[in-house]
Amino acid sequence: MPGGLTRDAVTIALVTGVLIWVLPLIVGTYTLTVLAIYGMLGLSLGLIWGFGGILCFGQAAFFGLGAYAYAIFAINIGESTVPMILAVLVPAVFAALLGAMMFYGRLGDVYLGVITLVVTLILYKVVNSTAGPQYVIGNARLGGFNGIPGFPTLNVPGTPDAYIWGDRYFHVCAVLLGLVYMLVTALLRSSFGRIAVGIRENETRMSLMGYDVRARKTAMFAIGAGIAGLAGGLFANWAEIVTPSLFSLGQSAEIIIWCIVGGLGTRLGPVLGAAGLAYLKFLLGQQAVIDNALVTGLVLVLFVLFLPKGVVPALSDLWSAGIGRIRPGRIGRRRQPRRRGWPNG
Amino acid sequence: MAEIALETHGLTMRFGGVVAADRVDFRLQARELRCLIGPNGAGKSTFFKCITGLQSPSEGEVWMRGIETTGWMPHQVASLGVGIKTQTPNVLDSLSVHENVWLAARRFHGAREADRKTREVIDLLDLGAIAKDGLGRLAHGERQRVELGLVAAGDPWLILLDEPAAGLGAEDVERLTGIIRELNRQATLVIVEHDMQFIRSIAETVTVFHQGKVLMEGHVDRVMSDPVVRNVYLGRKA
Repeated sequence: MPGGLTRDAVTIALVTGVLIWVLPLIVGTYTLTVLAIYGMLGLSLGLIWGFGGILCFGQAAFFGLGAYAYAIFAINIGESTVPMILAVLVPAVFAALLGAMMFYGRLGDVYLGVITLVVTLILYKVVNSTAGPQYVIGNARLGGFNGIPGFPTLNVPGTPDAYIWGDRYFHVCAVLLGLVYMLVTALLRSSFGRIAVGIRENETRMSLMGYDVRARKTAMFAIGAGIAGLAGGLFANWAEIVTPSLFSLGQSAEIIIWCIVGGLGTRLGPVLGAAGLAYLKFLLGQQAVIDNALVTGLVLVLFVLFLPKGVVPALSDLWSAGIGRIRPGRIGRRRQPRRRGWPNG
Repeated sequence: MAEIALETHGLTMRFGGVVAADRVDFRLQARELRCLIGPNGAGKSTFFKCITGLQSPSEGEVWMRGIETTGWMPHQVASLGVGIKTQTPNVLDSLSVHENVWLAARRFHGAREADRKTREVIDLLDLGAIAKDGLGRLAHGERQRVELGLVAAGDPWLILLDEPAAGLGAEDVERLTGIIRELNRQATLVIVEHDMQFIRSIAETVTVFHQGKVLMEGHVDRVMSDPVVRNVYLGRKA
């Protein structure tokens, strides 16, 4: 359906454009930038978990790898274009290797969760312990728990002196989020995406149809990591420092909560969940009465109890129920042929 | 001599001390329809799983159309053009009937050709009325029928069905018989089944399993009237 894809692309472009114009009137662009970056990070897990059926507890690892890859290469290269590409490629290749090990090893979902969690912890520990002057990659000192500050930030490709910052940097991040969203949309409409959803539904059936589930899950995992890495590279530019806390378990858990709250199995849900909860955290950060983690936990509990499907699926259910009330005849007609062939009533 | 579609030599499967399949030699001509019968625990399903790659045999060989497939993964076996239906229904629950069939067709066709093939299979199996419904909301008989559609969508030359009539009502079994006859015009079939009436209505040659071994092989009428077979299998039912 190429026509449908064009329509989706136009819709996404229009919505992105309007939001870039309207949102800065309400919230500062500095905050909006990080919300867009978190939205992209949420989308990366939303893709592999909601559509690929891969629950990764270590999406923060890819985010952090992207950020560190950007910082390290930016110091060594002195401009931002190649480091930005590497911020995508390094986590994607890392995920492809890790994924190949897990999926070709036919590990169950539980072990997948454990391994991705442990890999995140290992990265956190390793990066944290690189404080000494002997830990350098090229000209970049890894800096241990202090992180890496002072790397060149994003510049116009080809012109290392023309830095992109402030409002313009927000525009770059927002447009990239729109593009990634389009990419995910196109991917899910493609055969690859439809097959991935089939694998989420029933791996045995898909392999009995002749699909190599291991290769496809590995590819999906790597794509998700690449998107998380891009978000990480953008985050590094926004924060102007990368620290080991990017790899923390808290960060990983937050991404999962964004997806649950926003709605798994949708594209918009994880983006909204990420931006919404991150903004809530930002607002809560300005007061000292309630602890932030407590509120995030409370939000998660409330959603699991009362809105387990998440915001976006609940809203779309509400929407289609409204349509159903307007045209009841159509729904009624579709219900009829269902009970045929039931053996014992 | 006609082409050999499926062959096993000394196929053995052990689970610890239990020998579930014991040196099974099996041979099937192209376009044949063979039913595997036997009491519970006779080794039919184990044999079936060893052929389809769901399990890897302890010893012995599996050959399909002259290619050795011993120890292959299910997706490799399926990619040869083998359609497989497992004992428990394996369908994609939250997707529509159309999407289920399309995904099966897409493995062997381009996206556009898969659309055409999907319509063809939906017509063949009379699934048009429920094509847009999710599999999770369908009745058991309909789900079984969709799964046959998934098998048919790949245009297989060898079809392996594990208990396709299980849990079906009389009307559905009749419909299933028709579908299997239709599939048999193009493909070789192996059917593991318990329902004797159903077997009589479709099969000519049956293979009887008992304690992991092939007890007997022959025409359905001769096998059914054989005193040894009646003893181990039918005798208990009578």
